[in-house]
Amino acid sequence: MRLKSFRERAMQGVFFLTALASIAAVAVICIFLFINGIPAMAEIGVFDFIGGQKWAPSNVPASYGIFNMIVASVYVTAGAIVIGVPIGILTAVYLARFCPKPLYKVLKPATELLAGIPSIVYGFFGLMVIVPFIRDNFGGNGSSWLAASIVLGIMILPTIIGVSESALRAVPESYYEGALALGATKERSVFKTILPASKSGVLAAVVLGIGRALGETMAVVLIAGNQVQIPSKLTDGLRTLTANIVLEMGYSTGLHRQALIATGVVLFIFILLITLSMQAIKSRSEKHG
Amino acid sequence: MADNNNSAVIDDIKPINKVTFKQRMLSYKRKPLSFVMLLLVALAALISAAALVFIIVYVLVRGIPNLTPELFALTYNSDNVSCMPSIINTVVLTLLTLVIAVPFGIGAAIYLAEYAKKGNKLVKLIRTMAETLAGIPSIVYGLFGMLFFVYALGWGYSLLAGAFTLAIMVLPTIMRTTEEALLTVPDSYREGSFGLGAGKLRTIIRIILPSAMPGILAGIILSVGRIVGETAALIYTYGSATGYATGFLNSGRSLAVHMYVLTNEGLHTDQAWGTAVVLLVLVFAINTLSAFIAKKLGNKKG
Repeated sequence: MRLKSFRERAMQGVFFLTALASIAAVAVICIFLFINGIPAMAEIGVFDFIGGQKWAPSNVPASYGIFNMIVASVYVTAGAIVIGVPIGILTAVYLARFCPKPLYKVLKPATELLAGIPSIVYGFFGLMVIVPFIRDNFGGNGSSWLAASIVLGIMILPTIIGVSESALRAVPESYYEGALALGATKERSVFKTILPASKSGVLAAVVLGIGRALGETMAVVLIAGNQVQIPSKLTDGLRTLTANIVLEMGYSTGLHRQALIATGVVLFIFILLITLSMQAIKSRSEKHG
Repeated sequence: MADNNNSAVIDDIKPINKVTFKQRMLSYKRKPLSFVMLLLVALAALISAAALVFIIVYVLVRGIPNLTPELFALTYNSDNVSCMPSIINTVVLTLLTLVIAVPFGIGAAIYLAEYAKKGNKLVKLIRTMAETLAGIPSIVYGLFGMLFFVYALGWGYSLLAGAFTLAIMVLPTIMRTTEEALLTVPDSYREGSFGLGAGKLRTIIRIILPSAMPGILAGIILSVGRIVGETAALIYTYGSATGYATGFLNSGRSLAVHMYVLTNEGLHTDQAWGTAVVLLVLVFAINTLSAFIAKKLGNKKG
Protein backbone atom coordinates (compact mmCIF):
# COMPACT_ATOMS: atom_id res chain seq x y z
CA MET A 1 0.00 0.00 0.00
CA ARG A 2 2.75 2.42 0.89
CA LEU A 3 4.66 1.44 -2.20
CA LYS A 4 1.64 2.25 -4.31
CA SER A 5 1.17 5.67 -2.82
CA PHE A 6 4.87 6.32 -3.29
CA ARG A 7 4.57 5.46 -6.96
CA GLU A 8 1.54 7.72 -7.30
CA ARG A 9 3.38 10.65 -5.80
CA ALA A 10 6.56 9.98 -7.72
CA MET A 11 4.75 9.95 -11.05
CA GLN A 12 2.85 13.09 -10.15
CA GLY A 13 6.23 14.67 -9.53
CA VAL A 14 7.50 13.44 -12.90
CA PHE A 15 4.48 14.87 -14.74
CA PHE A 16 4.97 18.12 -12.88
CA LEU A 17 8.61 18.28 -13.92
CA THR A 18 7.77 17.66 -17.59
CA ALA A 19 5.23 20.47 -17.35
CA LEU A 20 7.99 22.78 -16.20
CA ALA A 21 9.95 22.02 -19.39
CA SER A 22 8.24 24.77 -21.35
CA ILE A 23 9.09 27.35 -18.67
CA ALA A 24 12.68 26.13 -18.63
CA ALA A 25 12.86 26.25 -22.42
CA VAL A 26 11.66 29.85 -22.62
CA ALA A 27 14.00 30.84 -19.80
CA VAL A 28 17.05 29.21 -21.41
CA ILE A 29 16.21 30.68 -24.82
CA CYS A 30 15.90 34.17 -23.34
CA ILE A 31 19.06 33.86 -21.29
CA PHE A 32 21.21 32.55 -24.14
CA LEU A 33 19.99 35.03 -26.71
CA PHE A 34 20.37 37.98 -24.38
CA ILE A 35 23.75 36.93 -22.97
CA ASN A 36 25.12 36.58 -26.47
CA GLY A 37 23.35 39.53 -28.02
CA ILE A 38 23.47 42.31 -25.43
CA PRO A 39 27.30 42.67 -25.28
CA ALA A 40 27.38 43.25 -29.03
CA MET A 41 24.69 45.90 -28.75
CA ALA A 42 26.68 47.54 -25.97
CA GLU A 43 29.89 47.43 -27.98
CA ILE A 44 28.32 48.82 -31.15
CA GLY A 45 26.18 51.22 -29.16
CA VAL A 46 22.47 50.59 -28.83
CA PHE A 47 21.57 53.66 -30.84
CA ASP A 48 24.12 52.97 -33.59
CA PHE A 49 22.90 49.39 -33.78
CA ILE A 50 19.17 49.98 -33.89
CA GLY A 51 19.20 53.42 -35.51
CA GLY A 52 22.20 52.95 -37.81
CA GLN A 53 21.47 52.86 -41.53
CA LYS A 54 24.74 51.28 -42.60
CA TRP A 55 25.38 47.55 -42.40
CA ALA A 56 28.92 46.87 -43.58
CA PRO A 57 30.53 44.12 -41.51
CA SER A 58 33.55 43.80 -43.80
CA ASN A 59 34.41 47.50 -43.89
CA VAL A 60 37.24 48.87 -41.77
CA PRO A 61 35.95 50.09 -39.40
CA ALA A 62 32.87 47.91 -39.72
CA SER A 63 29.42 49.37 -39.20
CA TYR A 64 26.51 47.41 -37.84
CA GLY A 65 23.27 49.33 -38.21
CA ILE A 66 20.07 47.34 -38.59
CA PHE A 67 17.60 50.21 -38.95
CA ASN A 68 16.98 49.46 -42.62
CA MET A 69 16.27 45.83 -41.85
CA ILE A 70 13.82 46.69 -39.08
CA VAL A 71 12.01 48.95 -41.52
CA ALA A 72 12.18 46.22 -44.19
CA SER A 73 10.66 43.66 -41.81
CA VAL A 74 7.85 46.07 -41.01
CA TYR A 75 7.30 46.83 -44.72
CA VAL A 76 7.19 43.19 -45.73
CA THR A 77 4.83 42.36 -42.87
CA ALA A 78 2.60 45.27 -43.82
CA GLY A 79 2.56 44.08 -47.42
CA ALA A 80 1.63 40.57 -46.34
CA ILE A 81 -1.17 41.95 -44.16
CA VAL A 82 -2.55 44.12 -46.97
CA ILE A 83 -2.76 41.06 -49.21
CA GLY A 84 -3.51 38.30 -46.72
CA VAL A 85 -5.93 39.88 -44.25
CA PRO A 86 -8.80 40.97 -46.54
CA ILE A 87 -8.68 37.73 -48.52
CA GLY A 88 -8.32 35.67 -45.35
CA ILE A 89 -11.17 37.28 -43.43
CA LEU A 90 -13.53 37.22 -46.41
CA THR A 91 -12.66 33.58 -47.04
CA ALA A 92 -13.39 32.84 -43.38
CA VAL A 93 -16.76 34.59 -43.74
CA TYR A 94 -17.49 32.50 -46.81
CA LEU A 95 -16.52 29.28 -45.06
CA ALA A 96 -18.50 30.07 -41.92
CA ARG A 97 -21.63 31.50 -43.48
CA PHE A 98 -22.00 31.04 -47.22
CA CYS A 99 -20.29 27.82 -48.17
CA PRO A 100 -22.53 24.91 -49.22
CA LYS A 101 -21.75 21.80 -47.17
CA PRO A 102 -20.28 19.64 -49.96
CA LEU A 103 -17.98 22.48 -51.04
CA TYR A 104 -16.98 23.09 -47.41
CA LYS A 105 -15.72 19.54 -47.14
CA VAL A 106 -13.25 20.31 -49.93
CA LEU A 107 -12.45 23.94 -49.20
CA LYS A 108 -11.74 23.60 -45.49
CA PRO A 109 -9.07 20.89 -45.84
CA ALA A 110 -7.65 22.89 -48.75
CA THR A 111 -7.01 25.90 -46.53
CA GLU A 112 -5.40 23.61 -43.99
CA LEU A 113 -3.24 22.10 -46.70
CA LEU A 114 -1.97 25.60 -47.46
CA ALA A 115 -0.56 25.67 -43.92
CA GLY A 116 1.23 22.39 -44.51
CA ILE A 117 3.33 23.55 -47.45
CA PRO A 118 6.89 23.98 -46.12
CA SER A 119 8.21 27.54 -46.26
CA ILE A 120 11.13 26.49 -48.43
CA VAL A 121 8.65 25.29 -51.08
CA TYR A 122 6.86 28.65 -50.90
CA GLY A 123 10.20 30.36 -51.34
CA PHE A 124 11.21 28.17 -54.26
CA PHE A 125 7.83 28.66 -55.92
CA GLY A 126 8.12 32.41 -55.40
CA LEU A 127 11.61 32.45 -56.86
CA MET A 128 10.63 30.42 -59.92
CA VAL A 129 7.19 31.86 -60.65
CA ILE A 130 6.43 35.14 -58.91
CA VAL A 131 9.87 36.75 -59.18
CA PRO A 132 10.08 36.29 -62.99
CA PHE A 133 6.49 37.46 -63.30
CA ILE A 134 7.28 40.70 -61.48
CA ARG A 135 10.51 41.16 -63.44
CA ASP A 136 8.65 40.84 -66.74
CA ASN A 137 5.60 42.90 -65.86
CA PHE A 138 6.67 45.53 -63.35
CA GLY A 139 10.39 45.93 -64.03
CA GLY A 140 13.26 45.70 -61.59
CA ASN A 141 14.97 42.37 -61.11
CA GLY A 142 11.89 40.76 -59.61
CA SER A 143 13.26 39.88 -56.18
CA SER A 144 11.42 42.55 -54.33
CA TRP A 145 9.21 43.88 -51.59
CA LEU A 146 6.22 43.02 -53.78
CA ALA A 147 7.29 39.41 -54.34
CA ALA A 148 7.88 38.86 -50.62
CA SER A 149 4.54 40.49 -49.75
CA ILE A 150 2.60 38.28 -52.16
CA VAL A 151 4.20 35.04 -50.99
CA LEU A 152 3.90 35.97 -47.31
CA GLY A 153 0.31 37.07 -47.90
CA ILE A 154 -0.46 33.57 -49.16
CA MET A 155 1.51 31.99 -46.33
CA ILE A 156 -0.46 33.75 -43.60
CA LEU A 157 -3.83 32.93 -45.23
CA PRO A 158 -4.39 29.62 -43.40
CA THR A 159 -3.67 31.25 -40.02
CA ILE A 160 -6.05 34.12 -40.67
CA ILE A 161 -8.76 31.88 -42.16
CA GLY A 162 -8.58 29.28 -39.38
CA VAL A 163 -8.63 31.66 -36.42
CA SER A 164 -11.20 34.03 -37.94
CA GLU A 165 -13.52 31.20 -38.92
CA SER A 166 -13.65 29.77 -35.42
CA ALA A 167 -14.24 33.28 -34.07
CA LEU A 168 -17.11 33.79 -36.53
CA ARG A 169 -18.61 30.43 -35.60
CA ALA A 170 -18.49 31.28 -31.89
CA VAL A 171 -20.95 34.16 -32.33
CA PRO A 172 -24.41 33.13 -31.06
CA GLU A 173 -26.79 32.28 -33.88
CA SER A 174 -29.44 34.56 -32.34
CA TYR A 175 -27.46 37.64 -33.45
CA TYR A 176 -27.78 36.57 -37.04
CA GLU A 177 -31.39 35.51 -36.74
CA GLY A 178 -32.28 38.78 -35.04
CA ALA A 179 -30.82 40.76 -37.92
CA LEU A 180 -32.61 38.61 -40.48
CA ALA A 181 -35.89 39.02 -38.63
CA LEU A 182 -35.48 42.77 -38.77
CA GLY A 183 -35.40 42.48 -42.53
CA ALA A 184 -31.68 42.71 -43.23
CA THR A 185 -30.32 40.68 -46.13
CA LYS A 186 -28.13 37.71 -45.33
CA GLU A 187 -24.98 39.60 -46.29
CA ARG A 188 -25.94 42.61 -44.20
CA SER A 189 -26.70 40.39 -41.22
CA VAL A 190 -23.33 38.72 -41.50
CA PHE A 191 -21.29 41.87 -41.98
CA LYS A 192 -23.18 44.06 -39.53
CA THR A 193 -23.80 41.64 -36.67
CA ILE A 194 -21.59 38.56 -36.84
CA LEU A 195 -18.37 40.16 -38.02
CA PRO A 196 -18.46 43.01 -35.45
CA ALA A 197 -19.34 40.53 -32.69
CA SER A 198 -16.31 38.40 -33.52
CA LYS A 199 -13.89 41.29 -33.85
CA SER A 200 -11.56 40.31 -31.01
CA GLY A 201 -11.13 36.86 -32.53
CA VAL A 202 -10.50 38.34 -35.95
CA LEU A 203 -8.02 40.78 -34.42
CA ALA A 204 -6.25 37.83 -32.81
CA ALA A 205 -6.05 36.22 -36.24
CA VAL A 206 -4.44 39.34 -37.69
CA VAL A 207 -1.93 39.60 -34.85
CA LEU A 208 -1.04 35.93 -35.26
CA GLY A 209 -0.59 36.56 -38.97
CA ILE A 210 1.73 39.49 -38.21
CA GLY A 211 3.82 37.21 -36.03
CA ARG A 212 4.05 34.61 -38.79
CA ALA A 213 5.01 37.14 -41.44
CA LEU A 214 7.59 38.85 -39.24
CA GLY A 215 9.28 35.59 -38.33
CA GLU A 216 9.24 33.97 -41.75
CA THR A 217 12.73 33.38 -43.02
CA MET A 218 13.30 30.85 -45.76
CA ALA A 219 10.70 32.13 -48.18
CA VAL A 220 11.75 35.75 -47.74
CA VAL A 221 15.46 35.15 -48.09
CA LEU A 222 14.94 33.62 -51.54
CA ILE A 223 12.66 36.25 -53.02
CA ALA A 224 13.18 39.62 -51.33
CA GLY A 225 16.47 40.50 -52.99
CA ASN A 226 18.28 41.04 -49.66
CA GLN A 227 19.70 44.50 -50.40
CA VAL A 228 20.17 46.46 -47.17
CA GLN A 229 18.02 49.45 -48.01
CA ILE A 230 14.69 51.08 -47.39
CA PRO A 231 12.74 50.38 -50.58
CA SER A 232 11.30 53.40 -52.31
CA LYS A 233 8.97 51.42 -54.54
CA LEU A 234 7.30 48.02 -54.52
CA THR A 235 9.74 46.52 -56.99
CA ASP A 236 12.80 47.39 -54.89
CA GLY A 237 14.57 44.65 -52.98
CA LEU A 238 14.98 44.65 -49.22
CA ARG A 239 16.53 42.57 -46.45
CA THR A 240 14.55 41.59 -43.38
CA LEU A 241 15.94 40.88 -39.91
CA THR A 242 15.38 37.15 -40.41
CA ALA A 243 17.11 37.11 -43.80
CA ASN A 244 20.12 38.92 -42.34
CA ILE A 245 20.66 36.13 -39.81
CA VAL A 246 20.39 33.28 -42.30
CA LEU A 247 22.51 34.97 -44.95
CA GLU A 248 25.54 35.84 -42.87
CA MET A 249 25.57 33.49 -39.90
CA GLY A 250 27.40 30.83 -41.87
CA TYR A 251 30.66 32.73 -42.33
CA SER A 252 30.53 35.39 -39.61
CA THR A 253 33.01 35.61 -36.75
CA GLY A 254 33.64 37.80 -33.73
CA LEU A 255 31.65 40.99 -33.41
CA HIS A 256 29.91 40.35 -36.74
CA ARG A 257 28.51 37.10 -35.40
CA GLN A 258 27.47 38.76 -32.17
CA ALA A 259 25.76 41.51 -34.15
CA LEU A 260 23.76 38.84 -36.00
CA ILE A 261 22.73 37.31 -32.69
CA ALA A 262 21.73 40.78 -31.54
CA THR A 263 19.63 41.01 -34.71
CA GLY A 264 17.93 37.84 -33.51
CA VAL A 265 17.39 39.45 -30.11
CA VAL A 266 15.64 42.42 -31.73
CA LEU A 267 13.43 40.02 -33.72
CA PHE A 268 12.76 38.02 -30.56
CA ILE A 269 11.66 41.15 -28.69
CA PHE A 270 9.29 42.04 -31.52
CA ILE A 271 7.79 38.54 -31.38
CA LEU A 272 7.48 38.68 -27.57
CA LEU A 273 5.58 41.96 -27.88
CA ILE A 274 3.24 40.33 -30.40
CA THR A 275 2.72 37.30 -28.15
CA LEU A 276 1.96 39.62 -25.23
CA SER A 277 -0.60 41.64 -27.18
CA MET A 278 -2.08 38.37 -28.38
CA GLN A 279 -2.57 37.23 -24.80
CA ALA A 280 -4.02 40.61 -23.88
CA ILE A 281 -6.58 40.29 -26.68
CA LYS A 282 -7.41 36.78 -25.55
CA SER A 283 -7.91 37.59 -21.89
CA ARG A 284 -9.99 40.63 -22.82
CA SER A 285 -12.30 38.57 -25.01
CA GLU A 286 -12.57 35.94 -22.29
CA LYS A 287 -13.68 38.59 -19.82
CA HIS A 288 -16.27 40.01 -22.17
CA GLY A 289 -17.56 36.86 -23.73
CA MET B 1 -54.27 7.05 -38.35
CA ALA B 2 -53.93 10.38 -36.60
CA ASP B 3 -50.30 10.48 -37.63
CA ASN B 4 -51.22 10.11 -41.29
CA ASN B 5 -53.62 13.00 -41.11
CA ASN B 6 -51.04 15.19 -39.52
CA SER B 7 -48.41 14.52 -42.14
CA ALA B 8 -50.89 15.26 -44.91
CA VAL B 9 -51.62 18.63 -43.35
CA ILE B 10 -47.92 19.38 -42.98
CA ASP B 11 -47.34 18.60 -46.64
CA ASP B 12 -49.85 21.23 -47.63
CA ILE B 13 -48.16 23.95 -45.64
CA LYS B 14 -45.80 26.06 -47.72
CA PRO B 15 -42.65 26.96 -45.84
CA ILE B 16 -42.39 30.70 -45.27
CA ASN B 17 -38.82 30.58 -44.00
CA LYS B 18 -37.45 29.42 -47.36
CA VAL B 19 -36.35 32.08 -49.80
CA THR B 20 -36.69 31.18 -53.44
CA PHE B 21 -34.02 32.05 -55.97
CA LYS B 22 -36.32 34.65 -57.53
CA GLN B 23 -37.01 36.33 -54.18
CA ARG B 24 -33.33 36.45 -53.44
CA MET B 25 -32.52 38.07 -56.78
CA LEU B 26 -35.24 40.62 -56.13
CA SER B 27 -33.79 41.48 -52.76
CA TYR B 28 -30.33 41.83 -54.30
CA LYS B 29 -31.79 44.21 -56.86
CA ARG B 30 -33.12 46.33 -54.03
CA LYS B 31 -29.89 46.03 -52.06
CA PRO B 32 -27.04 45.96 -54.59
CA LEU B 33 -24.40 46.37 -51.87
CA SER B 34 -25.37 43.01 -50.41
CA PHE B 35 -24.82 41.45 -53.79
CA VAL B 36 -21.39 43.08 -54.03
CA MET B 37 -20.49 41.70 -50.62
CA LEU B 38 -21.60 38.24 -51.68
CA LEU B 39 -19.41 38.46 -54.76
CA LEU B 40 -16.44 39.71 -52.72
CA VAL B 41 -16.74 36.88 -50.23
CA ALA B 42 -17.00 34.27 -52.94
CA LEU B 43 -14.10 35.85 -54.82
CA ALA B 44 -11.89 35.76 -51.72
CA ALA B 45 -12.63 32.07 -51.20
CA LEU B 46 -11.89 31.46 -54.86
CA ILE B 47 -8.53 33.26 -54.59
CA SER B 48 -7.57 31.23 -51.52
CA ALA B 49 -8.42 27.97 -53.24
CA ALA B 50 -6.80 29.05 -56.50
CA ALA B 51 -3.55 29.94 -54.70
CA LEU B 52 -3.33 26.44 -53.28
CA VAL B 53 -4.25 24.67 -56.50
CA PHE B 54 -1.88 26.83 -58.54
CA ILE B 55 1.10 26.20 -56.24
CA ILE B 56 0.51 22.46 -56.01
CA VAL B 57 -0.23 21.88 -59.69
CA TYR B 58 2.72 24.04 -60.76
CA VAL B 59 5.14 22.21 -58.48
CA LEU B 60 3.81 18.82 -59.57
CA VAL B 61 3.88 19.64 -63.28
CA ARG B 62 7.41 21.00 -63.16
CA GLY B 63 8.67 18.48 -60.64
CA ILE B 64 7.30 15.08 -61.61
CA PRO B 65 9.26 14.86 -64.90
CA ASN B 66 12.40 15.42 -62.83
CA LEU B 67 11.80 12.49 -60.53
CA THR B 68 14.61 10.49 -62.10
CA PRO B 69 16.25 7.39 -60.59
CA GLU B 70 19.45 9.42 -60.18
CA LEU B 71 17.61 11.76 -57.82
CA PHE B 72 17.16 8.79 -55.50
CA ALA B 73 20.63 7.32 -55.91
CA LEU B 74 21.98 5.87 -52.71
CA THR B 75 25.00 8.13 -52.55
CA TYR B 76 25.08 11.84 -53.08
CA ASN B 77 27.47 13.49 -55.48
CA SER B 78 27.46 16.95 -56.98
CA ASP B 79 26.19 15.58 -60.31
CA ASN B 80 23.15 13.61 -59.23
CA VAL B 81 22.40 15.78 -56.12
CA SER B 82 20.56 12.75 -54.81
CA CYS B 83 18.02 13.48 -52.11
CA MET B 84 18.21 9.95 -50.71
CA PRO B 85 20.67 10.70 -47.88
CA SER B 86 18.63 13.73 -46.87
CA ILE B 87 15.42 11.68 -46.82
CA ILE B 88 17.03 9.11 -44.51
CA ASN B 89 18.52 11.90 -42.40
CA THR B 90 15.07 13.49 -42.12
CA VAL B 91 13.55 10.19 -40.95
CA VAL B 92 16.25 9.71 -38.31
CA LEU B 93 15.97 13.33 -37.21
CA THR B 94 12.19 13.04 -36.93
CA LEU B 95 12.39 9.88 -34.82
CA LEU B 96 14.98 11.33 -32.46
CA THR B 97 13.05 14.60 -32.12
CA LEU B 98 9.91 12.68 -31.21
CA VAL B 99 11.78 10.51 -28.70
CA ILE B 100 12.82 13.72 -26.94
CA ALA B 101 9.66 15.80 -27.32
CA VAL B 102 6.83 13.29 -26.93
CA PRO B 103 7.49 12.21 -23.29
CA PHE B 104 7.77 15.86 -22.23
CA GLY B 105 4.76 16.94 -24.24
CA ILE B 106 2.50 14.14 -23.02
CA GLY B 107 3.75 14.37 -19.44
CA ALA B 108 3.11 18.10 -19.35
CA ALA B 109 -0.34 17.66 -20.87
CA ILE B 110 -1.21 14.96 -18.30
CA TYR B 111 -0.16 17.31 -15.53
CA LEU B 112 -2.19 20.20 -16.93
CA ALA B 113 -5.31 18.13 -17.67
CA GLU B 114 -5.37 15.64 -14.79
CA TYR B 115 -3.43 17.02 -11.83
CA ALA B 116 -3.35 20.80 -12.01
CA LYS B 117 -5.92 22.72 -10.03
CA LYS B 118 -7.88 25.32 -11.93
CA GLY B 119 -6.72 28.89 -11.45
CA ASN B 120 -3.29 27.84 -10.21
CA LYS B 121 -0.76 30.62 -10.94
CA LEU B 122 1.94 28.16 -11.97
CA VAL B 123 -0.40 26.43 -14.40
CA LYS B 124 -1.20 29.78 -15.94
CA LEU B 125 2.51 30.47 -16.28
CA ILE B 126 3.08 27.09 -17.95
CA ARG B 127 0.34 27.81 -20.46
CA THR B 128 1.68 31.29 -21.16
CA MET B 129 5.16 29.91 -21.74
CA ALA B 130 3.85 27.20 -24.05
CA GLU B 131 2.06 29.88 -26.07
CA THR B 132 5.23 31.96 -26.14
CA LEU B 133 7.17 28.98 -27.44
CA ALA B 134 4.55 28.44 -30.14
CA GLY B 135 5.02 32.02 -31.34
CA ILE B 136 8.81 32.00 -31.61
CA PRO B 137 9.93 31.97 -35.26
CA SER B 138 11.99 29.01 -36.38
CA ILE B 139 15.03 31.16 -37.16
CA VAL B 140 15.18 32.19 -33.50
CA TYR B 141 15.05 28.51 -32.54
CA GLY B 142 17.89 27.93 -34.97
CA LEU B 143 19.89 30.76 -33.45
CA PHE B 144 19.28 29.47 -29.94
CA GLY B 145 20.08 25.89 -30.94
CA MET B 146 23.35 27.06 -32.45
CA LEU B 147 24.31 29.06 -29.37
CA PHE B 148 23.27 26.45 -26.82
CA PHE B 149 23.61 22.97 -28.30
CA VAL B 150 26.22 23.57 -30.99
CA TYR B 151 28.57 25.92 -29.12
CA ALA B 152 27.78 26.00 -25.38
CA LEU B 153 27.40 22.23 -25.10
CA GLY B 154 30.02 21.66 -27.79
CA TRP B 155 28.00 19.24 -29.88
CA GLY B 156 28.89 20.95 -33.14
CA TYR B 157 26.54 20.78 -36.13
CA SER B 158 24.98 17.46 -35.29
CA LEU B 159 21.94 15.21 -35.31
CA LEU B 160 21.63 15.69 -31.56
CA ALA B 161 21.71 19.50 -31.76
CA GLY B 162 19.12 19.50 -34.56
CA ALA B 163 16.81 17.07 -32.76
CA PHE B 164 16.92 18.96 -29.46
CA THR B 165 16.26 22.28 -31.19
CA LEU B 166 13.27 20.87 -33.05
CA ALA B 167 12.04 19.08 -29.92
CA ILE B 168 11.66 22.44 -28.16
CA MET B 169 9.97 23.80 -31.27
CA VAL B 170 7.28 21.08 -31.50
CA LEU B 171 6.79 20.77 -27.72
CA PRO B 172 3.90 23.28 -27.55
CA THR B 173 2.08 21.54 -30.43
CA ILE B 174 2.28 18.15 -28.74
CA MET B 175 1.31 19.65 -25.37
CA ARG B 176 -1.72 21.44 -26.75
CA THR B 177 -3.11 18.60 -28.88
CA THR B 178 -2.54 16.04 -26.12
CA GLU B 179 -4.24 18.20 -23.53
CA GLU B 180 -7.21 18.72 -25.83
CA ALA B 181 -7.41 14.96 -26.39
CA LEU B 182 -7.26 14.26 -22.64
CA LEU B 183 -10.00 16.78 -21.95
CA THR B 184 -12.36 15.07 -24.40
CA VAL B 185 -12.23 11.85 -22.39
CA PRO B 186 -15.56 11.81 -20.47
CA ASP B 187 -15.32 12.15 -16.69
CA SER B 188 -17.42 9.00 -16.31
CA TYR B 189 -14.40 6.98 -17.46
CA ARG B 190 -12.36 8.42 -14.61
CA GLU B 191 -15.13 7.95 -12.08
CA GLY B 192 -15.73 4.38 -13.23
CA SER B 193 -12.06 3.57 -12.87
CA PHE B 194 -11.81 5.20 -9.43
CA GLY B 195 -15.00 3.41 -8.42
CA LEU B 196 -13.40 0.07 -9.23
CA GLY B 197 -10.57 0.94 -6.88
CA ALA B 198 -7.89 1.98 -9.35
CA GLY B 199 -5.52 4.73 -8.30
CA LYS B 200 -5.03 7.96 -10.23
CA LEU B 201 -1.87 6.81 -11.99
CA ARG B 202 -3.45 3.51 -13.04
CA THR B 203 -6.53 5.34 -14.28
CA ILE B 204 -4.40 7.67 -16.38
CA ILE B 205 -2.27 4.94 -17.89
CA ARG B 206 -4.88 2.23 -18.39
CA ILE B 207 -8.03 4.24 -19.08
CA ILE B 208 -7.44 7.84 -20.06
CA LEU B 209 -4.37 7.59 -22.28
CA PRO B 210 -5.76 4.75 -24.42
CA SER B 211 -9.05 6.61 -24.94
CA ALA B 212 -7.22 9.78 -25.89
CA MET B 213 -4.71 7.99 -28.10
CA PRO B 214 -6.10 8.98 -31.52
CA GLY B 215 -6.02 12.68 -30.57
CA ILE B 216 -2.51 12.37 -29.19
CA LEU B 217 -1.35 10.56 -32.32
CA ALA B 218 -2.89 13.18 -34.58
CA GLY B 219 -0.93 15.85 -32.71
CA ILE B 220 2.31 13.91 -32.95
CA ILE B 221 1.87 13.36 -36.68
CA LEU B 222 1.16 17.08 -37.08
CA SER B 223 4.51 17.77 -35.41
CA VAL B 224 6.16 15.33 -37.80
CA GLY B 225 4.86 17.48 -40.64
CA ARG B 226 6.49 20.52 -39.09
CA ILE B 227 9.78 18.72 -38.53
CA VAL B 228 9.92 17.50 -42.12
CA GLY B 229 9.17 20.95 -43.52
CA GLU B 230 11.53 22.83 -41.23
CA THR B 231 14.56 24.61 -42.64
CA ALA B 232 15.56 27.73 -40.74
CA ALA B 233 15.95 25.99 -37.38
CA LEU B 234 18.15 23.29 -38.88
CA ILE B 235 20.70 25.05 -41.09
CA TYR B 236 22.86 26.10 -38.14
CA THR B 237 22.13 23.16 -35.86
CA TYR B 238 21.94 19.99 -37.96
CA GLY B 239 24.17 21.58 -40.57
CA SER B 240 24.20 20.72 -44.24
CA ALA B 241 26.68 17.85 -44.69
CA THR B 242 25.72 15.84 -47.75
CA GLY B 243 26.18 12.27 -46.49
CA TYR B 244 24.25 10.10 -44.07
CA ALA B 245 24.44 11.21 -40.46
CA THR B 246 25.46 7.92 -38.89
CA GLY B 247 26.17 9.07 -35.34
CA PHE B 248 24.51 11.38 -32.84
CA LEU B 249 27.25 13.95 -33.29
CA ASN B 250 27.35 13.75 -37.09
CA SER B 251 26.06 16.53 -39.24
CA GLY B 252 23.59 15.87 -42.02
CA ARG B 253 21.06 17.80 -44.04
CA SER B 254 17.36 17.22 -43.84
CA LEU B 255 15.31 17.18 -47.03
CA ALA B 256 14.11 20.76 -46.57
CA VAL B 257 17.65 22.02 -45.96
CA HIS B 258 18.79 20.05 -49.00
CA MET B 259 16.17 21.82 -51.04
CA TYR B 260 17.32 25.20 -49.70
CA VAL B 261 20.92 24.49 -50.62
CA LEU B 262 19.91 23.39 -54.13
CA THR B 263 17.81 26.52 -54.58
CA ASN B 264 20.51 28.78 -53.24
CA GLU B 265 23.23 27.33 -55.48
CA GLY B 266 20.91 27.71 -58.44
CA LEU B 267 22.80 25.07 -60.44
CA HIS B 268 20.31 22.22 -60.20
CA THR B 269 16.93 23.81 -60.75
CA ASP B 270 15.41 20.67 -62.30
CA GLN B 271 16.47 18.56 -59.37
CA ALA B 272 15.17 21.23 -57.00
CA TRP B 273 11.73 20.93 -58.62
CA GLY B 274 11.90 17.17 -58.14
CA THR B 275 12.93 17.57 -54.52
CA ALA B 276 10.05 20.02 -54.03
CA VAL B 277 7.63 17.31 -55.18
CA VAL B 278 9.11 14.78 -52.77
CA LEU B 279 8.88 17.27 -49.91
CA LEU B 280 5.35 18.33 -50.77
CA VAL B 281 4.06 14.78 -51.14
CA LEU B 282 5.70 13.75 -47.88
CA VAL B 283 4.26 16.66 -45.90
CA PHE B 284 0.79 16.25 -47.41
CA ALA B 285 0.76 12.52 -46.73
CA ILE B 286 1.72 13.20 -43.10
CA ASN B 287 -0.92 15.91 -42.67
CA THR B 288 -3.63 13.80 -44.29
CA LEU B 289 -2.78 10.92 -41.99
CA SER B 290 -3.07 13.25 -39.00
CA ALA B 291 -6.43 14.60 -40.16
CA PHE B 292 -7.66 11.07 -40.84
CA ILE B 293 -6.79 9.89 -37.35
CA ALA B 294 -8.28 12.98 -35.75
CA LYS B 295 -11.47 12.48 -37.77
CA LYS B 296 -11.72 8.87 -36.70
CA LEU B 297 -11.64 10.08 -33.12
CA GLY B 298 -14.39 12.58 -33.86
CA ASN B 299 -16.59 9.91 -35.45
CA LYS B 300 -16.11 7.54 -32.58
CA LYS B 301 -17.22 10.16 -30.12
CA GLY B 302 -20.18 11.39 -32.14
